[in-house]
Amino acid sequence: MSKVPPDLKYTRTHEWLRTRPDGTVEVGITDHAQHALGDLVFVEVPQAGRTVAAGEPFAVIESVKAASDVYAPLAAEVIEGNPALEHAPETLNTDPYGEGWLARIRPTGAPGALLSAAEYEKLTAEESD
Amino acid sequence: MSAARDTRLEKLIFEYSVSGRGANDQWPALPGAEASADLPAALRRAAPPLLPEVSELEAVRHFTRLSQLNFSIDTHFYPLGSCTMKYNPKACNQYAMLPEFLARHPLAPESLGQGVLECLFELQQMLCEVTGMQAVALSPMAGAQGEYAGVAMMRAYHRSRGDLARTEIIVPEAAHGTNPATATLCGCTVREVPVDAAGDVDIEALKAVVGPKTAGIMLTNPSTLGVFERRIEEVARIVHAAGGLLYYDGANLNAILGKVRPGDMGFDVIHVNLHKTFSTPHGGGGPGAGPVGVAARLAPFLPVPVVARRDGRYVWLAERDLPHSIGRLSAFAGNVGVLLRAYVYMRMLGRAGMAQVGEYATLNANYLLARLTRAGFEAAYPHRRASHEFILTLRRQARELGVTAMDFAKRLLDHGLHAPTTYFPLLVPECLLIEPTETESKATLDAFAQAMADILLEAAQEPEQVTSAPHTMPVRRLDDVRAAKQLDLAWKPSP
Repeated sequence: MSKVPPDLKYTRTHEWLRTRPDGTVEVGITDHAQHALGDLVFVEVPQAGRTVAAGEPFAVIESVKAASDVYAPLAAEVIEGNPALEHAPETLNTDPYGEGWLARIRPTGAPGALLSAAEYEKLTAEESD
Repeated sequence: MSAARDTRLEKLIFEYSVSGRGANDQWPALPGAEASADLPAALRRAAPPLLPEVSELEAVRHFTRLSQLNFSIDTHFYPLGSCTMKYNPKACNQYAMLPEFLARHPLAPESLGQGVLECLFELQQMLCEVTGMQAVALSPMAGAQGEYAGVAMMRAYHRSRGDLARTEIIVPEAAHGTNPATATLCGCTVREVPVDAAGDVDIEALKAVVGPKTAGIMLTNPSTLGVFERRIEEVARIVHAAGGLLYYDGANLNAILGKVRPGDMGFDVIHVNLHKTFSTPHGGGGPGAGPVGVAARLAPFLPVPVVARRDGRYVWLAERDLPHSIGRLSAFAGNVGVLLRAYVYMRMLGRAGMAQVGEYATLNANYLLARLTRAGFEAAYPHRRASHEFILTLRRQARELGVTAMDFAKRLLDHGLHAPTTYFPLLVPECLLIEPTETESKATLDAFAQAMADILLEAAQEPEQVTSAPHTMPVRRLDDVRAAKQLDLAWKPSP
């Protein structure tokens, strides 16, 4: 069973969000997503300073199976992409909720419709039925 | 891989090399130093290039052994979905290799090439007829180049009307990866629309994204989910009403050949992968051909050259004849040798044969789907009839037995069967996309279904036999991660 930490928020497109004490948000992809994608070979993180709309593709991850877009969960300004992923994309497989974070962003609009851990768990259970 | 190399694997030709071996007296006379005297010293080689030095017989054996390692449509069943790996009749090759075609110089005048021009003109006509388009250009040299030409024509059309805001291309989430890539390369932004649970485009989502910025939508029909898009006329109405154009990706044309035409569905632009549908060599990076067809309003923008008939003679139309053309995509007329193979194939099939291709491709896919569902496999779209291909999902086997779609694919190799497409489209978990094509016999389809059933049983009883497959191939499970990351494959002599 995939891990779904209770203290995070989630999207239907398998991103997670962690709100940090300073109001900025850390974004990554879920354990379920990394598992479905398989071994990652390349990650393109967003540039610092880039403004993104909610739902806009803002990162690309490539696994041995496929290349996929990662969507910005909120309208935001990108503070930084995780520089470690360029040389060690596999971190996203081994520690998706920790060292494998994709980007830190500063929300610029109202928070969208995010899922709780329980709701996300329900979604992934339906998908793998 | 650290394991010892299988003796069936062939060494690199460099590893057979012995310095000085070769037929030295057959070498052409080497130019002296004066031949490169006008090149700057920095650009001149100091040492000769490292080339393998082997005897003629060693070279013959090396390449023959390599060819025997091929797993190909000429040796094995090859049900690779979305790619239509069908049999190319040898006659297509034979006639395209006639010396009159092979020896023709591309700069020879039209008056000395009426025969080849007539073939190409008729090929344009036949492609118009089979796709329902008004005009066709043959010069794009691959499917991807055809796509580029198609979207470039859509942009040129909007620009010619002063409609500069139309920069968005809509693609369904199940689209071929090349569609969004082409749109991006043409300077457009991509808007994705979801498909509903039955595999059709989500009409409400489509209505929400179309508007004054819509340049067009790119679709395959039947889609990559292996089902026919039932509301295509409604999709066309919505996109056209918003001022956009419809682009047909010809990847799945085989399913509908002679049955229904993209032009009649409302499509404005199409590219055709001759290597998928019309019996030309497939894969390996070329040479390919991806002709484009258009509705009348886009005809002025076709890439040049195009063949026309004037006063009973065949002539090339170039920039002076088509001043609004998006330009040239190839040297001369594209890959004419490939085009001729498709021409021969279409002439051999004829109008009636064309419809039989679609019928048998669809019959074979539905027969195989029925056999596999009866054997206990789960269809991703169980309530839909398959087109020329269909999707199985092995999510239950992955969850309950720990045996994935990739494991099934690898185990099939031990049964002498090429694996179907795995993990595409990505929105179906643990999927196999299976396309038997029209040229396979019932016996072959039965053998494939039996092999799948055997593997299913084995997955329950001895799963490690499946998860560690293949067992009989010259190479075992490959390290996909290393293959994707370590790209320096140049051989270097050991010190």
